[in-house]
Amino acid sequence: MRFIQIKNCYKVYKNGVTAIADLTLNVDKGEFVFVIGASGCGKSTLIKMLYREEKPTKGEVLIGGISVGKLRNRTVYKLRRKLGIVFQDFKLLPKLTVYENVAFALECIGMKSKDIRPKVLKALEHVGLKDKTRSFPSELSGGEQQRVCIARAIVNEPKLLICDEPTGNLDPKTSKEIMTVLDTINKDLGTTIVMATHDSEIVNRMKKRVIVLDNGVLVEDHMKGSFKISESV
Amino acid sequence: MKVFRIIGRSIRDSFKSVFRNFSLSMASVICTTITLVLVAIAIVLTVNVNHITKTMEEELTIVVYAKKGTKEDQVNELEKKIKEIKGIKEVVYKSKEEWKLEMKEYSDTLEVTLDYLDNNPLLDSFIVKVNDVEDLSPIAKQIKKFDGVESANYGEGMVEDIIGVFNVIKTATLVVVVALVLVTAFLISNTIKLTIFSRRNEIEIMRLVGSSNISIKLPFIIEGFLLGIVGSLIPIILTVYGYIIAYEKLGGKVSFGVIEFVKPMPFILYTALILVAIGSIVGMIGSSRAVRKYLKI
Ligand SMILES: Nc1ncnc2c1ncn2[C@@H]1O[C@H](COP(=O)(O)OP(=O)(O)O)[C@@H](O)[C@H]1O
Ligand SMILES: [Mg+2]
Repeated sequence: MRFIQIKNCYKVYKNGVTAIADLTLNVDKGEFVFVIGASGCGKSTLIKMLYREEKPTKGEVLIGGISVGKLRNRTVYKLRRKLGIVFQDFKLLPKLTVYENVAFALECIGMKSKDIRPKVLKALEHVGLKDKTRSFPSELSGGEQQRVCIARAIVNEPKLLICDEPTGNLDPKTSKEIMTVLDTINKDLGTTIVMATHDSEIVNRMKKRVIVLDNGVLVEDHMKGSFKISESV
Repeated sequence: MKVFRIIGRSIRDSFKSVFRNFSLSMASVICTTITLVLVAIAIVLTVNVNHITKTMEEELTIVVYAKKGTKEDQVNELEKKIKEIKGIKEVVYKSKEEWKLEMKEYSDTLEVTLDYLDNNPLLDSFIVKVNDVEDLSPIAKQIKKFDGVESANYGEGMVEDIIGVFNVIKTATLVVVVALVLVTAFLISNTIKLTIFSRRNEIEIMRLVGSSNISIKLPFIIEGFLLGIVGSLIPIILTVYGYIIAYEKLGGKVSFGVIEFVKPMPFILYTALILVAIGSIVGMIGSSRAVRKYLKI
């Protein structure tokens, strides 16, 4: 059984926009997959269907054999506990310190604070922020803030890490650092990573699997792929 | 236990947001307070009015006067006939001599006047009690038609008027209270809405990292509950002390006769319980409405 199976999937929004059309895609455990394409081609929509923010209009999205679209609203949280999600806008809580922001994810699922501490410290170590635990988000650079988000996403040791343009707000040098962090997580922890981006430089350097969307349609799927810079990107 | 940790967190969060939105929280609390003070007044009034009308009803009698010159056997016959009527509780004979004695005791002028007269000008009578006040009027009418009856009166009008006025008061208070309860629920709902709004980032993250719906909703429900409870404190203190003091001042009785108030214990404790219950339930209804409306999960 493949880890992620997307079968003939369509997403049509209420306003009639078809964001994903007849998408079929499989991802194995431990893979690192880029989803690329021009702005508005449906990357975020695909990501949202993975964490069940949106349901497929037609077809199926299976993660670990579970049909995500069929989950009831009140059981979605069970899926979310097995995922890590990272966004372009960091979504950190400004009044909490780095440590508290990461611990928040575990508090939310009702873990004991005794168990929370070692997990948070380990996650912060993975992203190289162990010496900034007491800082507040406003005292960090963009790259550091994004690393806090990654730490929060992996703190519960998810099998799948989903990133929607995690480097979208960062300069090239910082983006590179973030990619190194993600690559290490993928290699050391075996976490499957699906990352949407339109940063061709990153994609070309990383030499990972690349899936190209065009107007919601899968047009290319390369192992160790690269991505030509087209005008629309 | 995980459940306790989630509940503990919810309580902590709800306390925090009560203070974070202090002015709106205060508005809700004050509205709850006003509503519950009125509810308390309504309860105290209604229970006492019911109590008083009941004692008054027990005191209500029909006074039947036999025609002048009625013989003793005719009077006995009349008593038998009255006793046969359905719904009669008690018939007490009161002769004109008893009336005379009672009146002479009542005032000196009457004593002199009655002594001056050779014949007793008063009438033999029956004091009739009925089981149900509703029957008062038909039974009086029925007795009036009997032979040898001069009159059968029960203070027509007065009783109905008093009960009628009390009913109007009761309905009016009920309407006001229901309206205020709605306003309170609405205000609390708005307070919670603001909390939800001010915490929307936090809620978004909670959803992303996998908080269960109930643990997201719980702090808001508890917040509404807290607002309701806090709002019921002043009304409870006011009613408990207010009623006990008023009862002691009036000695449980107002000077005019049969009117007697309900004893403070345990009545006042039940009232306090009702107030807390209404406060917390209205609070929770308000917050669930906000949660349902503004927390689409
Ligand atoms: N919630 C929504 N309602 C309606 N249309 C949407 C919504 N989200 C995205 N879209 C549309 O779907 C298409 C794909 O959007 P998106 O998945 O965000 O693309 P990308 O992330 O690749 O930029 C766009 O045309 C966008 O306007
Ligand atoms: Mg996008």
